[in-house]
Amino acid sequence: MGPLTPTEFTPWMSLGGGILIGISTVMVMALFGRIAGIAGITNGVLGAVVPMGGAPRDRDWRIAFILGLIAAPLAFALAGGTVQQTVPGNLLGMAIAGLLVGVGTGLGSGCTSGHGVCGMARLSRRSFAAVAAFMAAAFVTVFVLRHVMGGF
Amino acid sequence: MRTFLGFLSGLVFGLGLVISGMANPAKVLNFLDLAGTWDPSLAFVMAGATVTAFLGYRLVWRRSAPALGGAFDLPTATRIDRPLIVGAILFGVGWGIGGFCPGPAWTALPLLAPGTLVFIPMLLVGLWLGAHSKSLSILNPDGAFR
Repeated sequence: MGPLTPTEFTPWMSLGGGILIGISTVMVMALFGRIAGIAGITNGVLGAVVPMGGAPRDRDWRIAFILGLIAAPLAFALAGGTVQQTVPGNLLGMAIAGLLVGVGTGLGSGCTSGHGVCGMARLSRRSFAAVAAFMAAAFVTVFVLRHVMGGF
Repeated sequence: MRTFLGFLSGLVFGLGLVISGMANPAKVLNFLDLAGTWDPSLAFVMAGATVTAFLGYRLVWRRSAPALGGAFDLPTATRIDRPLIVGAILFGVGWGIGGFCPGPAWTALPLLAPGTLVFIPMLLVGLWLGAHSKSLSILNPDGAFR
């Protein structure tokens, strides 16, 4: 979507950042005994505001976790880092994307972290199936948008 | 203490997203663009995170309970059913359009890009709809073709 922005391949930074994400999921398991899936944690926070069937009740740490996510780029910038970001500017596209990501992770009980990182680390069959399905759908979507529809 | 440790866990996760480059939708979309400006970085993020979680979980599960009380609460479903697959496909399409999954969308919020400010409210609406549509008969594996 939007103009193509080439990005630099960063194997070491990405591996290091990935290890930090893994450490966070281990912290959540060791401290709270829960899966660190961001869609699920967001569901728990949402349950504090609107009725959510089956939303978890231990909301205190979930709200704090989301605040920690939001604080991360600010902390990184305060430490002297530069946060690089190019968000697609097609607002109708972003609205549709947000709705699909929400409905899909709500219905499919997990996202890139819940099924991807935590589920595969647990060797869950459901999570492996979900990761294969969302990866395939995402590859096809980007191919169609960029190479069939010509950079929608 | 629970709140502080919850915040700290989220901060570590968010720093991981920022440092790995996954807070940048352009990098995610380029991973998904095999035929174009391909950037394999996301595979290194997933490998680093998943292997760390795999090893760390096994160390943690040697204990009888989480450090802050309660019990380990893991998903018990094992069946690959229709809501799982339909949901994952819808998520994949949305991820391919916007380059955001839920975690990176939250870390992008303080940078206030217009695309993020549209994405997050729709994400919340979608999560609400998704949670409430699990019981629809068309998605129920036993009631699909009635």
